[in-house]
Amino acid sequence: MSPMTSLSASQRLQAFANPARFMALSARLLAPLWVVSLGLLCIGLYYALVASPPDYQQGETVRIMYVHVPSAWLAMFGYSLMAAASAVALIFRHPLADLCAKSAAPIGAAFTFLALVTGALWGKPMWGAWWVWDARLTSVLILFFLYLGYMALWAAIEEPARAARAAAVLALVGAINVPIIRYSVVWWNTLHQPASVFRMDGPTIAPEMLLPLALMALGFTFFFVTLLLVRMRAEILRHRVRTLRLARAAAGAED
Amino acid sequence: MTRAFFALIGRDLRLAARIGGGGGMAVFFFLVVVAVVPLGVGPDLNLLARIAPGMLWVALLLSSLLTLDRLFQADYEDGSLDLLAMGRLPLELVAAAKATGHFLTTGLPLVVAAPLLGLMLNLEVSAFPALMLAMLAGAPALSFLGIIGAGLTVGIRRGGLLASLLVLPFYIPVLIFGVAAARAALFGFPDGVAGQSLTLLCAVALASLVLGPVAAAAALRANLR
Repeated sequence: MSPMTSLSASQRLQAFANPARFMALSARLLAPLWVVSLGLLCIGLYYALVASPPDYQQGETVRIMYVHVPSAWLAMFGYSLMAAASAVALIFRHPLADLCAKSAAPIGAAFTFLALVTGALWGKPMWGAWWVWDARLTSVLILFFLYLGYMALWAAIEEPARAARAAAVLALVGAINVPIIRYSVVWWNTLHQPASVFRMDGPTIAPEMLLPLALMALGFTFFFVTLLLVRMRAEILRHRVRTLRLARAAAGAED
Repeated sequence: MTRAFFALIGRDLRLAARIGGGGGMAVFFFLVVVAVVPLGVGPDLNLLARIAPGMLWVALLLSSLLTLDRLFQADYEDGSLDLLAMGRLPLELVAAAKATGHFLTTGLPLVVAAPLLGLMLNLEVSAFPALMLAMLAGAPALSFLGIIGAGLTVGIRRGGLLASLLVLPFYIPVLIFGVAAARAALFGFPDGVAGQSLTLLCAVALASLVLGPVAAAAALRANLR
């Protein structure tokens, strides 16, 4: 890439640093995003719950997969996004990156929780126990703790600028856990089944199950992005309210 | 710069010794934990021997967590942390010195006391070398990961509780590999498991030696502005 294009790319990035511009753009994007994500979820749920065949081994319980796998994917995607946004915030001081990381945390935590709960519901009939201390489950539980710690740190520091920097450091350090989760089923030979969709030699899952799974994963991801935009807009508005309040308090102090 | 680094460690050790929160306190804390466990799970000697490595590791982890808030908080309150941040010693090395002091006052006493506490928990004498070796490799990692949490929460009221929540996820790999190394030696797992766990534990410790001070210094810079 020549210096010219990288400069213009950075300029394009700077253009979105303007919160007013982000608000205008996201306002136009929100309605289509809601339609797409809810539409995908409806079609995906129909295929997942009705149109797809039961598994020859697991029977109807296999349908938990269509919620479990997308949630687990978004749990990791959410943290990766948070870590990437934190890196951008620390390096480029992009004002929206902090907001993005902060807004992604509760959504990611919710999907992590959903993945843990659906995993427990699936584990009971398959493995005979709600919870086993296998590498994949333990590392996802640690991921949940990381989300909680990140949110607690934001809540504990009152001054937003300071909280943002401290939280960004924490998010970056915690990012070590993501590859551990990804490869936990490869490195440790445990109860959880190995990857069957994202493999070098192609998916090993039956195509009539892959279609609803892909639809659900896509729908969940669009839903995640939609919620993220909604939360980021709320954060910007909250920031404005805070600024207005501070200005009014300062004006009141002068009178 | 080396002199300043060691002077800082020496200062922390003297402070710990004179205020009375030093090595003696740590060993006393482990003794309390070891005394409480048989009351909790029952005095069955076979059971105690089986869980002894894990219990000693949990005690080490708890003592590390409980002392985290003292790492920077006292220096922050009396203003010496600001002086340290303005001094010529890089903040990364300040953090490394603090972590070293923390290891010498909380981790090392337990490694020394582990055989005695192990005897009280009916641990096989043949497992002591592996247990102590694993603890010697893992305890610095606990201190060097702990400074990240301490740096992140410096200046927050009741920050100690939050610091424990923040660093617990980073402690878990240390705990897993540390216990695995000791247990493999104790129960005679197939050859190589103990060595493998010990190697992984050393890898985690070395990574934390690098990562901990850098992350803690970044956190301190954010908090001291």
